[in-house]
Amino acid sequence: MTSMRFPQSPRMQPQPKTNSSIAARLDLLFTSGVKLVMVIFLAVGLALPLIAMLSKVTDVQNGIAGVWQMLSSSRFLWLLSNSIKVSLSTVAIVIPAAYIFAYALQRSWIPGKTLLRSISLLPLMAPSMLSAIALIYLFGNQGLLKSWFPDGIYGFSGIVLGQAFYNFPMALMILISALGLADARLYDASVSMGANHWKTFLNVTWPSTRYAVFAASCLVFTQTVTNFGIPVVIGGDYQVLAMEAYKSVVGQQKFSEGALIGSILLVPALVSFAVDAWMRGLRGGQVSSQAAAYVAPANPVRDSILLLAAGTVALALLSLVVVAVGASLINFWPYDLSLSLRHYDFENSGDIGWLAYRNSLLLASMTAVIGTPVIFTCAYLMEKTRSGWLDNLLRLLCMLPMAVPGLVMGLGYVFFFNHPDNPLNGMYGGIALMIVCCMMRFLTPAQMTATTALRQLNEEIEYASLSLKVPLISTYRRVTLPICLPALLEVFRYLFVSSMTSVSALIFLYSPDTVLAAVAVLNLDDAGNIGAAAALSSLILLTSALVSLALYVLTHGLLRHTQHWRTGHA
Amino acid sequence: MASTIAQLSAVPLSVQSVGKSYGKLNVLDDVSLGVEAGELVCLLGPSGCGKTTLLRIIAGLEKQDAGRLILGIKDISRAHPQERDYGILFQSYALFPNLTIAQNIGYGLSTRNLLHTQIRERVEEMLELVGLKALAGKYPGQLSGGQQQRVGLARALAPSPSLLLLDEPMSALDAKVREHLRHELRALQRKLGITTVMVTHDQDEAMVMADRIAVMNQGRIEQFDTPENIYRSPTTPFVANFIGHANWLEYQSLSDGQAHLGSLTLQLDKAPIGGPGRLFCRPEALRVDHQAQQSNSVPARVIEKLFLGNRYRLTVELEQLRGQHLVAEISADLNAVQLNGDRVWLTFPPHCLRAFPGGGQ
Repeated sequence: MTSMRFPQSPRMQPQPKTNSSIAARLDLLFTSGVKLVMVIFLAVGLALPLIAMLSKVTDVQNGIAGVWQMLSSSRFLWLLSNSIKVSLSTVAIVIPAAYIFAYALQRSWIPGKTLLRSISLLPLMAPSMLSAIALIYLFGNQGLLKSWFPDGIYGFSGIVLGQAFYNFPMALMILISALGLADARLYDASVSMGANHWKTFLNVTWPSTRYAVFAASCLVFTQTVTNFGIPVVIGGDYQVLAMEAYKSVVGQQKFSEGALIGSILLVPALVSFAVDAWMRGLRGGQVSSQAAAYVAPANPVRDSILLLAAGTVALALLSLVVVAVGASLINFWPYDLSLSLRHYDFENSGDIGWLAYRNSLLLASMTAVIGTPVIFTCAYLMEKTRSGWLDNLLRLLCMLPMAVPGLVMGLGYVFFFNHPDNPLNGMYGGIALMIVCCMMRFLTPAQMTATTALRQLNEEIEYASLSLKVPLISTYRRVTLPICLPALLEVFRYLFVSSMTSVSALIFLYSPDTVLAAVAVLNLDDAGNIGAAAALSSLILLTSALVSLALYVLTHGLLRHTQHWRTGHA
Repeated sequence: MASTIAQLSAVPLSVQSVGKSYGKLNVLDDVSLGVEAGELVCLLGPSGCGKTTLLRIIAGLEKQDAGRLILGIKDISRAHPQERDYGILFQSYALFPNLTIAQNIGYGLSTRNLLHTQIRERVEEMLELVGLKALAGKYPGQLSGGQQQRVGLARALAPSPSLLLLDEPMSALDAKVREHLRHELRALQRKLGITTVMVTHDQDEAMVMADRIAVMNQGRIEQFDTPENIYRSPTTPFVANFIGHANWLEYQSLSDGQAHLGSLTLQLDKAPIGGPGRLFCRPEALRVDHQAQQSNSVPARVIEKLFLGNRYRLTVELEQLRGQHLVAEISADLNAVQLNGDRVWLTFPPHCLRAFPGGGQ
């Protein structure tokens, strides 16, 4: 009945197919094997240190009574209220500014958006202390504009301004993506019902972005409350909890006290993490798949106001960077304003500058080179394959870094890896442990970038690979990775820059040989060598910016080069 | 069984008592299906009926809770997808966007112990088979939907599988292209003589393409038969309703081959005994005349008349059963045109009436 005229090539001899169960076994090894390794890696690099820190709290003298005594001491309450005041004030400054800035970028026709956006990213390219150093140059005892702060910049106002500078880009990124999601149909409906701009904003824009505002506020609060770099540099006598935790461990060897404060600092992080997770659930399906992209109508008045506001913010951000970089190039601020590279001659300032810089380059490169494939592959397997309970465990562990501030992670590493009974004790003080620490610290955001890119791929690609009896790892290499190369480069950039600028966890992990640039900034400043601190900060900034720029150029070249097959596909 | 590229032998597929549930939700309930060698079977049903799950279980992309799968003589119930001998065309085609058409088609050949020249020859053959030789160096994004579908098909067939699975292959295409590709796909499948299982929710597609159709509903196969039998002799009310248009008349009792509907009595060819139930009849099976016929003729009034080009669709109300609306389809030739708004006689040919006992759906 059915004819058998399948096209044949006469020369082709019967060929046995490859043993397809080899492919199946290879897949199992790739999926479950890598996941298992990741679980162990996360357990050792994250969960166990965290447990070590929490259990250290029990070492407090007199047990619970001792803990209570410490918590109810007037000094602790003073630190706590300072921390909260600083964090709330930072939120109050950053969020409105970031919202307006994001609004200007996403909902207007102002010129120079690329420039504004680039400037807004600058704070992320340098260690957090850069802003504090710049503030001291501007408003400090020898500052040009000292008169602006008659009570002195050291203390509350300095910390808040520094934190605002440092946290601005993080809040901005959340708000930009929230304002990027808009359903034009709602705006059309609002306008057709005669609502004016303000009313439309209140009824359409605000409801769709208020979750992001809350999430950004939580993030800024958590970041501020756990950051100690800025208060150490500019805090003066005004002390906060994060600083106290750092000093009790590093300076005074009061480990249990440090652990207790670390545990307390975990609370806002956990709360904001939980709130964020809850809101993600609420937000699901808010913008439907039929949503039409919203393009703001032209409005010269609105655009002028927004340009002025965004320009002012950008100018403020830029001026701090310029002051820090500029001051590092000046011979002797403010008495001899001639240009000089004196501060970059680190040999004279304790011989740590260039060593630290080299170490930082090594750390950042290694974290990016190792972390990118590891994190991307982990994200891929979690997104595209199923392994039962292993998935749930891994998912939980992968979210954990978001909820653990760097300071807390650093303390955990001290208690866990520096413990004499730990067989991994030998890693303590080495660059390898710092690489592990950085990969853990920056895992979640990097993984989210990867996951976002992976979700844009056709979900049947893996099934197609299965049906064609090709091992998954081949398809991952031949299809998935080439398509996701731009996201891969973004993960690389993020890991590099974050590792280059990070202080909070790493400051607990270095030894004299492995001192890092960002750590050295803090130490140089502590030693009163603010010029060298500014110089080293500027060097870190320059390195991060150049690497980001190079990767940006690379990504765009790549996209142009692969245009022929990217058309029509994400 | 080392099936080879050159020799393709059609094998049967047997699905035996397959069950699948997600938590409390029973997706497949004791489903059995025998697909003969070289046959094209359509799994047809509304969304959520389990047809896609069944296909994915056959493909090994989903694990069944119970039951067995036999492909040829091999039990593949627990086999990994890579150990099953099938090719699949996905709804989205799932082409690899960064690989050329030729690379896409040769993808499944690269892991087999084949020489480069053999792979190239095979890809050439497949390109020729689907008529895309000129596009070998292009990328999927540069092709039309219909061309992409053919690439997906060529890629699935390149390793000469014993079984071809088609997952809603037409749903991503425009209506016009769809019509054309149905015939093309069916012709290709006939030419290759490959055992094929296709999932669709489009009954026209199933009618045109399938040797046999398995109509599925709520995780069960309601009827598994040729398109003609499914249409003419549905065995369940669901099938009757799902395929084509259906008229329903409730009866109170059945006796001596006659159904009693209030004051009305209709003669049936085959009738179970008992009451109450529903009578089923296709719209085009009803006769509409100005005079009564010998039997089963009922006076009725035309309520609505739709012109569909080649035929009229009439909505009529039976005079003896007020409120009972029926749909009749009649040829749109001239004598039918005169039915305007008139009283007509509706005739139910006995062989077209089927009784489904029981009140519910």
